[in-house]
Parts: sequence; structure tokens; C-alpha cells
Amino acid sequence: MASGVKPRVKVPKSAAAGETITIKTLISHIMESGQRKDGDGNIIPRSIINRFTCDFNGQSVIDIKMEAAISTNPYFEFDALVPEAGEFKFTWYDDDGDIYEDAKAIAIA
Amino acid sequence: MKTKLLSRVLGTAALSALVFAAPVLADEEAELVINGELEIVTKTAAPAHLSDSLDEILSGWRFRSDGTQAMQMDDFDNPGMLGAEVGLDQFETVMGSEGKACADCHNGPESLSTVRATYPKWNESAGEVRTIQMQINDCLTTQMGAEPEKYDSAAMLNFEAMLAVAARGTPINVAIDGPAQSTWEQGKEMYYTRFGQLELSCANCHEDNYGNMIRADHLSQGQINGFPTYRLKNTKLNGSHSRFKGCIRDTRAETFNAGSPEFVALELYVASRGNGLSVEGPSVRN
Repeated sequence: MASGVKPRVKVPKSAAAGETITIKTLISHIMESGQRKDGDGNIIPRSIINRFTCDFNGQSVIDIKMEAAISTNPYFEFDALVPEAGEFKFTWYDDDGDIYEDAKAIAIA
Repeated sequence: MKTKLLSRVLGTAALSALVFAAPVLADEEAELVINGELEIVTKTAAPAHLSDSLDEILSGWRFRSDGTQAMQMDDFDNPGMLGAEVGLDQFETVMGSEGKACADCHNGPESLSTVRATYPKWNESAGEVRTIQMQINDCLTTQMGAEPEKYDSAAMLNFEAMLAVAARGTPINVAIDGPAQSTWEQGKEMYYTRFGQLELSCANCHEDNYGNMIRADHLSQGQINGFPTYRLKNTKLNGSHSRFKGCIRDTRAETFNAGSPEFVALELYVASRGNGLSVEGPSVRN
């Protein structure tokens, strides 16, 4: 597992039914591209998060494929329509097979 | 608050519609409120010792573009906060031969909430003016039996960022009289001394010409209330001494090293020019 990985998510606690909200996500990760060499000239192996998804009550909100050119600590901000109360589930997939998860509940105000 | 923010955005939009070819300049009348609740003083009356040269002092935040300003208005968008989080982890980690962590003596960063606003500060037993980083290294070596950290290293700046967050919003208030006075005067002399082949003093840019452009850069007053600063140009936290070094290098001079007595004196003097502004670190600048 890559070290120092910590997901962070910002979702409003409540919204009106049918309202569009803004979600911000950030995960601390080195995102080593696999293009760089260390002091001895050896290639530093690639280690990135290659996919990020967000689901709301089992329904896909966003599904992102990431490539090696994305910089450290990938940050995504996107809008989502909230039809009902429920839970946003966030999943990050690491190259090494690790999966990092976070979830935030939202109520209808 | 929402209304104020909205009117600021609308105001800027109207302005840029009128002069759409102009570069994106800062809105110098904007107010900094972090997370929609913490009000930061970014403009206030100059401290008494500056009465001959400045009427008001302005945080560097006011000189940055709207996008850069916005990054600092929400902790989630401020990449410097990641450093502060790591700093807190370091604070709780056992280091050195004594088997102690910072947290074993200090009751959380809250107990150190006056540190960022009052350093550099005279240390009676050491008989010198100490910066935060000198004090941290003293703790690391004499109390904890650990190796000292390099000046302005990532670990040091993470500590500093954590202390800045603990003190955020409190006014800078460094002492310039008493035993610290001679160091302060040394720093003041440096501030007004012209360095390098370009023969520029700190004051030439940051006192005489703040608000003007120096080629593509918008000159600020050179305040250090926002340090440590996350800079978009190098995507990491930066210490004030490294910034001084960059400035003196740009005058094409032989510069001093981070942690040198010259920069400690300069830090005390420059910090005192910001007495009254809020601690706002870790700030975001370009």
C-alpha cells in the first residue's frame, strides 16, 4: 500500500429534494508517474490511483479513469442532483489493488 | 456574508467585462473569511514604528488573483492544510532517544496558540532572538534527544503550518523593544540596505512600489503574516527565510542562508511590520 493515503470528502449535510449540490473530493497520494528515475538511474515504478467513482444509493454519479499525468493529491469537484435522502459512496482504486473508501450521508431539508 | 461574497464576484465580473484585455489583477478591496466563519484582518492601520513610511498595512492575500484568493477561503481547497495535518501527526509521533513526542509535554497545538503571532522572540536563557524553527530544534535536540531538522525543510514547515492553524485569526504581535531591540534594528537596517547588482533594498519594492507591477509580478508589501505559504509555482509549503533568499537572489546578490543570524533579524523586523494583521498561515500565493 502506498503510504500516507488519506481520502477527504466535502458534501453538504442536507439539501432540498431535486437540488444540485457541489461535492469536493481530495485524496493524498504520491501519484508516481512511472516516468521518473531515481539517483541511480533506475526507473521509479508507477504507483497511481487509476480510477475514482462516486455512487449515490447504488446509482453511479461519476466514474473517472485516471492516467499517469495526473499530479499529486488528485482533487475532483463535481455537481450532483439529490432526488432523495441517502448516502454518497466514494471509492478510489490504487494500482497495487488497494481500495480506499469514504461515505457521506445527506438528508433532505 | 453570502451577499458580500456574491457582490464581490458580480463586481469583478462587471469590471472584467469593461476592461477585458487587462491582466487578471487582485481585488484589493476583498475581505478574507475562511470557511465562511473565520474573519481575517488583511488590512489595518500600520504599527507606530512605521508611521513615517506607511499608513496602512496589507496582507499579501489582497494582491493575489481571485482564483488564488478563493483557494485560501476554504480549508478543503487550501493545499497548505495537508502540511498542517502532517504536522499534527509529527507532533504526536515519538522521536529521539528520550522516547517522547511533542504531545507529551505540550497539551495539543491549542496550548501553543500564541506562538505563531509572537515569534521571533527573545529567549532569556539562550540570550538570543529565536524563530519558531530554532525553538522547535531546541526542543528536538535538548528535550527529546532527536536529530535537528533542517531549516525550512518539509518537516519543519509542517510543524510551522500546524502552529499557524492553531493561531489563525489572532493578530501578529512581535515584541521589538527590550532585549530584542538590537536584533530588530539590525533587521531594519537590512530592510533598507540595497543589495546586489540591481541595487535593490526590500523597501524599494515592498514599501515604495507595492501595488505596482514588476514585469509580470504584482508587488505586495512583503508581509509574512501568511507564512508558511503554499506557493502554486512550486506546489509546496515555503518558509519566510527561503522567500527572503529568493528575493535577495533576484537582486543578483550573494544571499544569506535560511536560519542565518541575518535572516533571523530580518524576519523579526519584517514580522513587526505586520503587527496587527492576522496570522493566516498556511496561506496560498502564486
